[in-house]
Amino acid sequence: MKLKGAQIFFECLKKEGVEVVFGFPGGAVLDIYHEMAGHNIRHILVRHEQGAAHMADGYARASGRVGVCLVTSGPGATNTVTGVATAYMDSVPMVVFTGQVPTPLIGDDAFQEVDIIGITRPCTKHSYLVRDVNDLATVIKEAFYLARTGRPGPVLVDLPKDVLQAHADFKYPKKVDLPGYRPTLEAHSGQIRKACQLIAKAKSPVIFGGGGIIISESSEELTRLARLIQAPVTCSLLGLGGFPASMLSEEGRRRPDPLWLGMPGMHGTYQANMALSHADVILAIGARFDDRVTGKISTFAPKARIIHVDIDPTSISKNVEVDVPIVGDCKNALLQFLEFFEKEPIEGLAETRAPWFDQIARWAKEHPLTYCASEELIKPQYVIEKIDELAGEDAIITTEVGQHQMWTAQFYKFNRPRTLLTSGGLGTMGYGFPAAIGAQVAFPDKLVIDIAGDGSIQMNIQELCTAVCNNIPVKVVIINNTYLGLPRQWQELFYDKNYTGSCIEGAPDFVKLAEAYGAVGLRAERPEQVDAVLRKGFSIKAPVFMDFLVAAEENVYPIVPPGKSITDMLLTQL
Amino acid sequence: MIVTNDRRYTIGILAQNVPGVLARIVGLFSGRGYNIETVTAAETNEKGLTRITIVTTGDERVLSQIVKQLNKLVNVIKVFDFSETEFVDREMALIKVRAEQESRAEVLRIADIFRAKVVDVSPHFYTLEVTGNEGKLSAIVELLEQIGIAEIARTGKAALARSKK
Ligand SMILES: Cc1ncc(C[n+]2csc(CCOP(=O)(O)OP(=O)(O)O)c2C)c(N)n1
Ligand SMILES: [Mg+2]
Repeated sequence: MKLKGAQIFFECLKKEGVEVVFGFPGGAVLDIYHEMAGHNIRHILVRHEQGAAHMADGYARASGRVGVCLVTSGPGATNTVTGVATAYMDSVPMVVFTGQVPTPLIGDDAFQEVDIIGITRPCTKHSYLVRDVNDLATVIKEAFYLARTGRPGPVLVDLPKDVLQAHADFKYPKKVDLPGYRPTLEAHSGQIRKACQLIAKAKSPVIFGGGGIIISESSEELTRLARLIQAPVTCSLLGLGGFPASMLSEEGRRRPDPLWLGMPGMHGTYQANMALSHADVILAIGARFDDRVTGKISTFAPKARIIHVDIDPTSISKNVEVDVPIVGDCKNALLQFLEFFEKEPIEGLAETRAPWFDQIARWAKEHPLTYCASEELIKPQYVIEKIDELAGEDAIITTEVGQHQMWTAQFYKFNRPRTLLTSGGLGTMGYGFPAAIGAQVAFPDKLVIDIAGDGSIQMNIQELCTAVCNNIPVKVVIINNTYLGLPRQWQELFYDKNYTGSCIEGAPDFVKLAEAYGAVGLRAERPEQVDAVLRKGFSIKAPVFMDFLVAAEENVYPIVPPGKSITDMLLTQL
Repeated sequence: MIVTNDRRYTIGILAQNVPGVLARIVGLFSGRGYNIETVTAAETNEKGLTRITIVTTGDERVLSQIVKQLNKLVNVIKVFDFSETEFVDREMALIKVRAEQESRAEVLRIADIFRAKVVDVSPHFYTLEVTGNEGKLSAIVELLEQIGIAEIARTGKAALARSKK
């Protein structure tokens, strides 16, 4: 029996196990909307297509499944671009379906025509323009396959209206045929052995984990390896949660894991940056040495032999020179490392590591992460610590971009993978709120909290309507400092306190705004109110905005000034 | 003076001949700030496969990134880094050269030496077709310039790895 393109679309989604689509209609995709009922696929109607893309992204990061969004041609498609680029930079599996004008009109500047394939070519893993309804099933199969395998990423599928209306036999291909796409999963055993020999001789090793640890579901293996070879661990922003920041003591109290260094880089901890800079061997796994991590590249980790495991060969030796490159899936490589060291344990570990751990402990003691507590003003770091205390290990935290994001990375102790969703590579303000909605759709019973800035939250605030209308009980904690805080901090430190453009006083009353949308609004103005507001907010089974009026000019420390080595940290207010 | 280790590299690419494949490849070069000196592309004897030859400049690190980035493209089947293998390369040029009474014989003599063909003749111009490697083409261009080149169209390089002896 022949099916319409729009029907084939849904048959394919069902074959891929898609349970939810984040979307927004328009003329070019109305055939799909017409067929939507009766397929047992949930549709979350957003209020802006950027929101749909970030929701699909948040859904994917939280669950590990492919996120799906559906938008119309032209402006619908262009509105997703920031979301697509965000997902691309952070390797998020996602398929974006865009409507397109009918094939005979393509190229004629038809109404709502845009070359979205051209626009997104540099920020998608791959993309397809479907010209023939007979190709539709194959293309969708390939799109999902590409999105989730190898180094995951967003794939865009452009669907001309006439293709959605045409008929074809539906046959879902069993296998994909992609001769040019063969990601290397199995790490080369010879390279692994070389790496292990380096590690076995190391006196001051550091493990540096990145987002690859989360994506490949190998935080358990990473943790086992770190304990086995007694190497301290630092994780990039995207790797947080890949190694437990704290462990449960015998009395059932949480205390910092002795191997945990914290995050490295521009706003990294003193001990993480010092450890990388003094390490003799760095084992980097699923990280890509972003410039926010390395600081001045010529002085990065001057003493270290670097072992770099990554599934993407282009990530290796791109920013830093690598001594032992290993292309492969992080999990595969970690299992091989474990096998090696389980067979050949490193001898005398306790003694050889003692000086290194003593040194690290001294660094940690000299300059711990800290802030000036206050009884008058709410300190943003205090709010984050309180969230950490009250949210529970299972909670999913998303962030926007800015100071609040960095304080979250510093002061929230991420113990489990997929509990932090944040735009690392692109640094997209407006990401956190829709991403939280997507995560909450994946996990309706978990506590999902967007830690937001007063600036960023305004970038996708329209999605509050989506949350309210679909009963998605996300919690938003607004760290309200009346500034675009991160640029203001740079202006304070590096631009003579010229605060042009970074003061955003005059924001709407977030409590009233929440109420206007039909959500709950709460506010804390004094430190002693923080605990109660958070407890109350977390207990409500509805979307909640919590507005915390915090110390306006608080800064994030440490900070490595741009262009400086990561050892040149400014540690406290001058 | 800025000292660079920039060299010229010839890269061969075997790719699926699907819409947009050249845009993906060329876009990768421009988007990542790599240089393209010449590019040639045409279908091969195998249906659905295109062979593309690109001449680029950069240092070794850039070249290795280019090769890896090209390999990452889903439609790219194989990348040949000719800095590591022996290869043959040819380029074709059409050269419209001034050919007045006094220089006509000289143009023909040069054409003969370089085994170029005259493909168009007019009262004042000869158009020559010449094929060769880069050295040969530069040499003939240099000679003809003294007589007067009106227009020139070069194809850019096509390259294949030498087969093992
Ligand atoms: C879409 C976008 N535009 C601009 C920036 C540059 N930027 C980075 S942080 C920031 C300020 C964020 O302000 P806010 O959300 O209030 O967070 P705060 O730093 O105050 O915690 C800006 C403008 C960005 N990251 N994303
Ligand atoms: Mg702010």
